[in-house]
Amino acid sequence: MSTRTELGPEEAAELEVIRARLTQARGPAFWRELEAVAEEPALRGLLEREFPALFARTGPGLERRDFLRLMGASLGVMGIAACTRQPDEKILPFARSPEYQIPGKPLYFATAFPLHGSALGVLAESHMGRPTKLEGNPDHPSSLGATDALAQAAILGLYDPDRSHSCQRAGQISTWNSFTSELAGRLDGVSGHRGEGLAVLHAGENSPFLTEQLTRLATRFPQLRTYRWTPLHRDHARAGAELAFGRDVAVRYLVGGTRVIVALDSDFLFSGPGAVRYARDFARGRQGRSFSGRMNRLYAVESGLSVTGSMADERLALRPSQLEGFARGLANALGVVNAGAPPLDARVERFLRAAAQDLAANRGAGLVVAGAGADPIVHALAHLINRELGNVGSTLEFTLPLEPLLESNSASIRQLVEDAKNHRLDTLVILGGNPAYDAPAELDFAAALREVPFRVHLSPTVDETSELCHWHVPETHFLEQWSDARAHDGTVSIVQPLIAPLYEAGGARSAHELVALMAGEGTKSAYELLRAFWQTGSGKDAAEFEAFWRASLHDGFIAGTTFPPLELTPRADLSLGEGSPAGAGLELALHGDPAVHDGRFANNGWLQELPRPLTRLVWDNAALCSPRTAQGLGVTNGDVVELVAGEKRIEAPVWIVPAHADEVFTLHLGYGRRRGGTLGTDVGCDAYALRSLEAPWRLAGVRVRKTGFRHPLATVQKHPDQEHRNLARVATFERFKSEGKLAFAGEHASPHDELRPISLYPDFAYEGNAWGLVIDLNACLGCNACMVACQAENNIPVVGKSEVANGREMHWIRIDRYFEGGGEDQAGEGVTVLHQPVPCMHCENAPCETVCPVGATVHSDEGLNEMVYNRCIGTRYCSNNCPYKVRRFNFLAYSDYSTESLKLGRNPDVTVRTRGVMEKCTYCVQRISQARIAAKKEDRPIRDGEIVSACQAVCPTQAITFGDINDPASAISRLRSEPHHYGLLAELGTRPRTTYLARLTNPNPELAQGS
Amino acid sequence: MAQIFHPSFNTLSKVSIFGAVFFLGAGVWAWDSLLRSSYNTQVNVARHQPVPFSHKHHVQGLGLDCRFCHTSVEDAAFAGIPPSKTCMGCHSLVWKDAPILEPVRESFRTNAPVAWTRVHDLPDFAYFDHSIHVRKGIGCTTCHGQVDEMPLMWRTETLNMDWCLSCHRNPAANVRPRERVFDVHWRPDELDDSERQELASKYHVKSMTNCSVCHR
Repeated sequence: MSTRTELGPEEAAELEVIRARLTQARGPAFWRELEAVAEEPALRGLLEREFPALFARTGPGLERRDFLRLMGASLGVMGIAACTRQPDEKILPFARSPEYQIPGKPLYFATAFPLHGSALGVLAESHMGRPTKLEGNPDHPSSLGATDALAQAAILGLYDPDRSHSCQRAGQISTWNSFTSELAGRLDGVSGHRGEGLAVLHAGENSPFLTEQLTRLATRFPQLRTYRWTPLHRDHARAGAELAFGRDVAVRYLVGGTRVIVALDSDFLFSGPGAVRYARDFARGRQGRSFSGRMNRLYAVESGLSVTGSMADERLALRPSQLEGFARGLANALGVVNAGAPPLDARVERFLRAAAQDLAANRGAGLVVAGAGADPIVHALAHLINRELGNVGSTLEFTLPLEPLLESNSASIRQLVEDAKNHRLDTLVILGGNPAYDAPAELDFAAALREVPFRVHLSPTVDETSELCHWHVPETHFLEQWSDARAHDGTVSIVQPLIAPLYEAGGARSAHELVALMAGEGTKSAYELLRAFWQTGSGKDAAEFEAFWRASLHDGFIAGTTFPPLELTPRADLSLGEGSPAGAGLELALHGDPAVHDGRFANNGWLQELPRPLTRLVWDNAALCSPRTAQGLGVTNGDVVELVAGEKRIEAPVWIVPAHADEVFTLHLGYGRRRGGTLGTDVGCDAYALRSLEAPWRLAGVRVRKTGFRHPLATVQKHPDQEHRNLARVATFERFKSEGKLAFAGEHASPHDELRPISLYPDFAYEGNAWGLVIDLNACLGCNACMVACQAENNIPVVGKSEVANGREMHWIRIDRYFEGGGEDQAGEGVTVLHQPVPCMHCENAPCETVCPVGATVHSDEGLNEMVYNRCIGTRYCSNNCPYKVRRFNFLAYSDYSTESLKLGRNPDVTVRTRGVMEKCTYCVQRISQARIAAKKEDRPIRDGEIVSACQAVCPTQAITFGDINDPASAISRLRSEPHHYGLLAELGTRPRTTYLARLTNPNPELAQGS
Repeated sequence: MAQIFHPSFNTLSKVSIFGAVFFLGAGVWAWDSLLRSSYNTQVNVARHQPVPFSHKHHVQGLGLDCRFCHTSVEDAAFAGIPPSKTCMGCHSLVWKDAPILEPVRESFRTNAPVAWTRVHDLPDFAYFDHSIHVRKGIGCTTCHGQVDEMPLMWRTETLNMDWCLSCHRNPAANVRPRERVFDVHWRPDELDDSERQELASKYHVKSMTNCSVCHR
């Protein structure tokens, strides 16, 4: 008995009684007495004081007995589950087998993914009639075989369990027939007045077929009003083109030919039409084999830190209101007259001079790009600068706009609200989109909507807009519908369905079918109408059209639809005005979110859990600011601040981003949804509340107030510093050319810095195929496409925000992001951002293999570190020993075994793991097996390039290369012989098969700010 | 304080510890026997089917080749169970009103599948590919037994991993010429060891024992 414990007199007396009881009991009675005694308060109190750790309650308090009961039950259940006979399964063949469908062999169909007002050509992999993965279409000009993160995650939207299964009238389930009859009644009502009062609001998905259908609808109802609204619009680009040329134009960048690019608040490598293509062309200009060539140079001028900015060789952080001044100054310096440049401060002036000189020295090979959020004048100036430098025709081309717009999105939605409030509308059909959530707040769209007597919303789920409408009609996913879409250069693709609409019986329809119904063509299917449209459009007769149609469907695009370049001259009455002064006080920049876009993907678990490219935050948005701004306000990561702009205010947690401009906050749109599905509701804060018609992208004069509250933010990477460990190696191009490999020598680089240091383990001779992976850090943008591709290919589960906060995210490949340089507070200048994708290294001397007690992870004779899930008992020693921490453990049963719709989308070639099992990157062993079997059946070796891992296939810049390192002629062997090739932590002796090509930067020597 | 345990506990504990060893051994033996029994492995247990399809009649009696029904065995991982249309190809004329074939006719009418019981089934974490085995000269009857003698289908092999490995570690022992792969009358003693080795090298048959070959 411890003498430290103090007992009160009552307690001591009670303990005496207890002692007496125990002394008198014998045999079994003793144990029963002990059980009873254990619950006595006095004894318990004593024990709690004596052994506090035993009684610490973390989570719901479990009594000892309950705990044992649960453990016993779990043991029993586990035992039963593990030791029964394999359950009987049924085999269900078809009654009539469809053509070409062989179980186990996927089919690939070409279609297109519409987003950003353009389309990305994709090949959809279909297993037994279920699309499971999207790959890029190698023949499509926007894709060239790659996709982006949003396209990869789009497939989850098809199987979203929150999709509506049926039409709803005022929140009650109803039928398609009820809807059609009520709609027919309304249309009859308006047809008497030539359609007066009928209105359609569409979301700007760029479909020539839909445009034509709306025109035909207007012939049936001449007084039809059509409006369009999409929150991430290109109104400013349109206005800028009008300012410069007197008409709207689209710009197609030919990034492959550029030597100097100046990006004015533009994220052209990551988002917007053509981003995937531009990224590929840009990376080509930085990947000179053996570097006898030149590297291109990217200047980025922006307020926040974007993916494009992270790849920039020279970066200038400016407040959004200062961008116009910069653009005017640049125009002035390059000979555009009347640019009206205001004075700039020394730092900005210096940068401008260097950029201008570089552009001038590379006439015809330079490019100035203005971002979607830049003011119209900046767009106009960019056009004029490009013209002045002779870049038109070589690094960019002007074409017809992708979608002919009669008015801007802002004007359109404003008109709609006005018409609704003035009771000019009788029946409003909203095709897709979610205007009640993302329309400019000052319009009070919800109130205007209520003024319309009959409202229909076609959308995949019941969202904020559907709530306010009389009818909600479920919308089919793009993988379920016939449609068409235009790519960034005008090329049209037919969107063909991969699967019959999952909820067709409940009334799921596409926008085309709904408009056809309204136009009186409801008896024809969208397929028939689309064919008829393209038969007219192609000008071919019936016989030729059949071949043309099949070729277009097979190839994934319609030949001959690419827009030709336009010859343009600036308008005669060109007036650029005087510059407006830069704002004072705090500013706010609004951007679409890199993952949930404008909010439409809020319910997509893969995208919510995708660490945002520069902040590595998940499941949230935050008010991003620079370290100095945060310091000035006295806030740190997670502190909630209130942002006030005029009358509007929101609260958001702060997140510090090095290299962000001072006195500016960046907020991503698409969060704070009130009705965003199971996953998407109440995530983050709604930045749309601050958005206005006049200032959709930036606000000045913002006031900030600390609230004193904190909001936990989950990030996958808390530490952005490499700590001089030379993990993501970087050097300037000049230094590399003169010093070669030594340019990357870090502090701890050993003179024997080799890939295969001496080891005590016996060598193994890898004959035959030896698989390896090389990642080119020059090309990696940190766009996250590989992370989502891996998730889709390998059935990787989503774990949720709290588990990610515990470090339990399940991504097999992660992208580490490091900040180098930039001085103490990393404020804006001279910060280099490094992205390093880290999959499993498949070490030849793998530390994980030697410590597995059950042999669940072993090495194949082709060099793969294999993971055998059924052997794993969950000791996690392998993850403990892994220096790269690429192994992911299923701490809980993360995989969803019960939701029916999600089961459809899983890849049948990869095991779905349950709790207690370790998993990691397998070099897409299912693809390796497939290729090996195919090659063996044909008695030939596996060709180089035949095996393409998921991450390799999807990468827009082709940063990842997989192949046989034993084959001297393979692409990977050539990369491995480059002087800037290295292995991550190779000095540990692991002999990784996944290796890297170091990053080279190409800074302007005039602006040398300490490399 | 008073003794909790009676002195007889001394003997009892020694006896029970000594006996526990044997008890454990017996338990393990019993468990192992259970796992290897036909209750668990379903070896030689004829499985009930919705339609009593007789391989004996169709293969031995009528002389159908395996590939007539199991069409994708040379192309894909899964050999394929024929759609009802294949059955109706004959049975719309032959035995067209027989009661035992009613499930097939019903399936063909309603487009619903016939729910066959799966006889040869591997766990979901093991991936088997038929086409490569067939290509390398492993015949149907080697693994599936003398199907032409089976009025109803049953397993002749356990399909346990140790059974798969017994061949994977020495594949030449089970190789037959490609043209005899679908021949139910093949006998393993038609070739001697040296001929088998020759065939194995001709077909480039390797001993594939990496885990990731089957476990993905």
